[in-house]
Amino acid sequence: MTELHADQALQEGKAPTFYLEEEHHPEGSTMLGFWLYLMSDCLIFAVLFATHAVVGRNYAAGPSPADLFDLPLVAVNTSMLLFSSITYGFAMLEMEKAKKNTTLVWMAVTALFGIAFVGLELYEFAHMIHEGAGPQRSAFLSSFFTLVGTHGLHVTSGIIWMFVLMAQVAKRGLILENKRRLMCLSMFWHFLDVVWIGVFSFVYLMGVLG
Amino acid sequence: MPGFLKLTRHIALLPPLLLLAGCDMVVMAPSGDIAAQQRDLIVISTILMLLIIVPVIFLTLLFAWRYRRANTAATYDPEWHHSTALEVVIWSAPLAIIIALGAVTWISTHKLDPYRPLDRIDAARPVPADVKPVTVEVVALDWKWLFFYPDQGIATVNELAAPVDVPINFKITASSVMNSFYIPALAGQIYAMPGMQTKLHAVINKQGEYEGFSANYSGDGFSHMRFKFHGVDRQGFDAWVARVKSQGTALNRDAYLKLEKPSEREPVRYFATVEAGLYEAILNMCATPGKMCMHEMMHIDAMGGAGKESFKNHDRLEYDNRHATEEGAPAATFPATGTPARSEEQPEGTNEPMQHEMPGMGGHEGHSMPDMQEGSDPAPAQLRN
Amino acid sequence: MFSDPDLLKFVFGRLTLEAIPYHEPILVATFIAVVIGGIGLLGLITYYRFWGTLWRDWLTSVDHKKIGIMYVILALVMLLRGFADAIMMRLQQAMAFGGSEGYLPPHHYDQIFTAHGVIMIFFMAMPFVTGLMNFVVPLQIGARDVSFPFLNNFSFWMTTAGAIIIMLSLFVGEFARTGWLAYPPLSGADYSPGVGVDYYIWGLQVAGIGTTLSGINLIATIVKMRAPGMTMMKMPVFTWTSLCTNVLIVATFPVLTATLALLTLDRYVGTNFFTNDLGGDPMMYVNLIWIWGHPEVYILVLPAFGIFSEVVATFCGKRLFGYASMVYATVVITILSYIVWLHHFFTMGSGASVNAFFGITTMIISIPTGAKMFNWLFTMYRGRIRYEVPMLWTVGFMVTFVIGGMTGVLLAVPPADFVLHNSLFLIAHFHNVIIGGVVFGLMAGVVYWFPKASGFRLDPFWGKMSFWFWLTGFYFAFMPLYVLGLMGVTRRVSQFEDPSLQIWFLIAAFGAFLIALGILSMLVQLVVSFIRREELRDTTGDPWDARTLEWSTSSPPPDYNFAFTPVVHDQDSWWDMKKRGASRPLSGFKPIHMPRNTGTGVILGAISVAFAFGMIWYMWWLAGLSFLAMVAIAIGHTFNYDRDFYIPADVVTETEGKRTELLASEV
Repeated sequence: MTELHADQALQEGKAPTFYLEEEHHPEGSTMLGFWLYLMSDCLIFAVLFATHAVVGRNYAAGPSPADLFDLPLVAVNTSMLLFSSITYGFAMLEMEKAKKNTTLVWMAVTALFGIAFVGLELYEFAHMIHEGAGPQRSAFLSSFFTLVGTHGLHVTSGIIWMFVLMAQVAKRGLILENKRRLMCLSMFWHFLDVVWIGVFSFVYLMGVLG
Repeated sequence: MPGFLKLTRHIALLPPLLLLAGCDMVVMAPSGDIAAQQRDLIVISTILMLLIIVPVIFLTLLFAWRYRRANTAATYDPEWHHSTALEVVIWSAPLAIIIALGAVTWISTHKLDPYRPLDRIDAARPVPADVKPVTVEVVALDWKWLFFYPDQGIATVNELAAPVDVPINFKITASSVMNSFYIPALAGQIYAMPGMQTKLHAVINKQGEYEGFSANYSGDGFSHMRFKFHGVDRQGFDAWVARVKSQGTALNRDAYLKLEKPSEREPVRYFATVEAGLYEAILNMCATPGKMCMHEMMHIDAMGGAGKESFKNHDRLEYDNRHATEEGAPAATFPATGTPARSEEQPEGTNEPMQHEMPGMGGHEGHSMPDMQEGSDPAPAQLRN
Repeated sequence: MFSDPDLLKFVFGRLTLEAIPYHEPILVATFIAVVIGGIGLLGLITYYRFWGTLWRDWLTSVDHKKIGIMYVILALVMLLRGFADAIMMRLQQAMAFGGSEGYLPPHHYDQIFTAHGVIMIFFMAMPFVTGLMNFVVPLQIGARDVSFPFLNNFSFWMTTAGAIIIMLSLFVGEFARTGWLAYPPLSGADYSPGVGVDYYIWGLQVAGIGTTLSGINLIATIVKMRAPGMTMMKMPVFTWTSLCTNVLIVATFPVLTATLALLTLDRYVGTNFFTNDLGGDPMMYVNLIWIWGHPEVYILVLPAFGIFSEVVATFCGKRLFGYASMVYATVVITILSYIVWLHHFFTMGSGASVNAFFGITTMIISIPTGAKMFNWLFTMYRGRIRYEVPMLWTVGFMVTFVIGGMTGVLLAVPPADFVLHNSLFLIAHFHNVIIGGVVFGLMAGVVYWFPKASGFRLDPFWGKMSFWFWLTGFYFAFMPLYVLGLMGVTRRVSQFEDPSLQIWFLIAAFGAFLIALGILSMLVQLVVSFIRREELRDTTGDPWDARTLEWSTSSPPPDYNFAFTPVVHDQDSWWDMKKRGASRPLSGFKPIHMPRNTGTGVILGAISVAFAFGMIWYMWWLAGLSFLAMVAIAIGHTFNYDRDFYIPADVVTETEGKRTELLASEV
């Protein structure tokens, strides 16, 4: 039977290649790897969302979303993040055109929007804690602060990453490595946007209106 | 009995088989009908699985021996790696067993659901229409068991008794951490969890003294968190109740709070009288004066919370019965709520929880879930804004 | 200045002299042994002037082979620790009868069973599995390294950092007394105020980051770096099971991370996720932790299944029976493992329909598992079986594992579980599948791939000794536990009243002693093999006449694994190459592009230990500084663009030339 197997190859009339003489270049795996990381991060958010679904109405005879949330403020905040995604998109378009300086400008604009977002969120948190509605007050508030806070921490890391990457682009230009990093940060930044849409609808809107 | 002993030999595959006959395999020889049905299920499932396990082990050993390298007489076929017929068999044989076992599982899980009231005393006898089940309210404490008999008005620590052939309804909770209430001779276990109530329905068919214990690790004193369960006849049970009543002390809230403190190897204790509503208060984690009950909190939550001005509720809901310092709670008296729910916006909602009698005072079942109260609630929808 | 209590508290947090267990003789003796052993080891390293090599070639290495070997060494060290815990438990349970309290008070015993579970799962089985995957997978798919070599080094050091944090709890403070999954409310701040649970949390969090990243790395490697011609359905079965395991890792470890993070917040910040009061829900923790915990079981056992598949085909000298159904079975198990978690707590009072659903999904997993069993069985059929040590482990596994599988399905029947849950029957069951499945598989894997890693085979005599001690020891240690479970004996009990139970615990202790001999034999085997390494040398690179690509290169493989990337035409690609007389190219070598070693991983690992220590003992300054240092170093690392180099063509030519000579000297 083994003979048969070898015979088949002979019958096909070509000696099989067993070793690549030229250099083998596997496809780059960075995008796949980063995507897998984002999915694992997504699962962390999934757990936090699930937790919120379970304990989100356990107010412990305390304040509820309707008492606490300032929807206009959150809407402004949401728009900050949405704008930042658009401006990051502009940065990527400039990167494609290999325009280093305008890329940097759009990245800076994105970072500013991000900072505005985090700032507004911190203001909201401080206000709630000041009113006695801190994360220790009830399971609902624990879950709210954790879910929104985790997202906020991600945005903060994104901003730090943005500045680091700006320094690297400024120093080395739009070389292949930096382009790859810009792509990764782009995925990260848009991912946070998508998660925020979930937070906004699920935690804020459904909390107040549902 | 010899039938399933023989089976357990298959399960155990032990060399010192004789030892097995000498030991008391309570799970395989229980004295309560529920545990007996669970035992039967173990036996049936094991037989079903042995239908496939025995041939696999036999073939493994056979092939391992027959196709050893030294045996050049055996066929050697290095490229043989596929046979559609064989693959169909190796997938469908386990599938067939699992279909059978799955059917058994679905039926038996529903039939032996611990929450389902009994419909039979044993294989031969259905539950008589006129029999009144014995109700026992079980509380797992650190590290002992407290049993309330609401119909008899008594309570005991670390001793349980029930008349044979009478259904027993257990309602189970815990005071601090998770435990598991288990009497192997009687029925399978169920978790005991603080602030929640689980249920178990069972019946004991033979008189005797049985072991009961916590089957879920709960800390330092866990090893000795054991009690005796006495299956006795009707007269014996009445005598036992009378003995508890004559020898016991009173179990009021203060006595309970002392009892609740962590202790190990607690001796049996009897309580001749029990303060009304104590079990419900324990279940709702408000046995300590001044604390808000869980069901009250859940009601307020279902009404949409108590607004921003509700700091006092936080302190009244803090529950830490093992390490918290003794704090005077001068404010609200049990059971009234100090802070009304959503006082500003919805004044009519505020009094609503207060109209509820406290747990145990009307035949209102403990661990009231919000939806249970929905019915008595005049207009829950209005309370949302 | 240090008399100031506030300053003392600021500097040391809650760490005081009382936290050092100098009054526990067992721990003092252990500590002395560790110190003597440590000094001896450091002395040897210094004496042989090994420090430079150690740092340059090992600790900072990004070579997947060296990282894999370091993972396995970590696993073996932790096996000794975890097994010491096991022996202590067996002794205590054999002694503590009829009023005797044994030699371990509950607060010590409770730490031991928690540590045993945590160490064996997270720091023995996980690094072992990860190590083997790391070593084997790139070789098996014809790649030169993993997708992200630096990340691989970093993952390893995070895992090691987690292990170090857990080990620290032995001598500074205490470990958790909660059981290995730390269910709240027992593990909450109210009922476990000490540092034990914090050690648990930070140890697992740090190691969990490593595990998740290594999972991402290996998925990317398997998906993107396979040799040309190796389609998905031509991948070796071990690579398939590794892929599925890593998918499970990436899809479940974040759940563990998030769940433990919520528990951390409960303990540190005072939130109410899993508390009894203020709306917390401890049952939510139990659900979340098992959503991670059940797939974890398959994370461990799937690679073991892969190892058996490789071993059985190699030593039967025969193509694996039913490759396609093996692959489908693996994938089905991967998917199903997500929808069975509730079977770990049928007794929590879910409705009958919910329980029955999860019971039946659990049973369904036994169908693909059964199919796998038959596939191995029919691979042996019409084979020509060489009973080398890996094959012994495989046959031992096949007989033992089906028993564990059977008791597992029994436990999946909810009403049966009501009487068996939390009993020693359960303990016997999961040791039956984890020892009989995972450990036997890992042992088979170590013996099988050892010559590839080291260049010489392991001594077969001591290997066989180890196998027979483990096998008989396993049956002696765990069959009595099945019986005890049926006698209604619960797990985690440290003292017993009924003297009739004692005989069973004595038998179990004897079994544990036999397993100890098995472990000892394995250590002797390593030493003996090292001494006899010249006799046992593998010059061919293919000592077992095996079938997959890792055997086509030399033992140990060169840094670059393959001078020329192999082209795959068949599932058993090396077998196919041998059959069709493929010949190694002997000239035309080109420079090979390789990643450069870096110390960043080991430094970040070390700082994360300091960070965790600061968090555990409330030394906020230490935690804060360490955190900032980690962020700074990680950012600094990204500014280094010079991460790779070329191995010059003449070095490759020289290396390959030596191999050609070696191969020629064989013939």
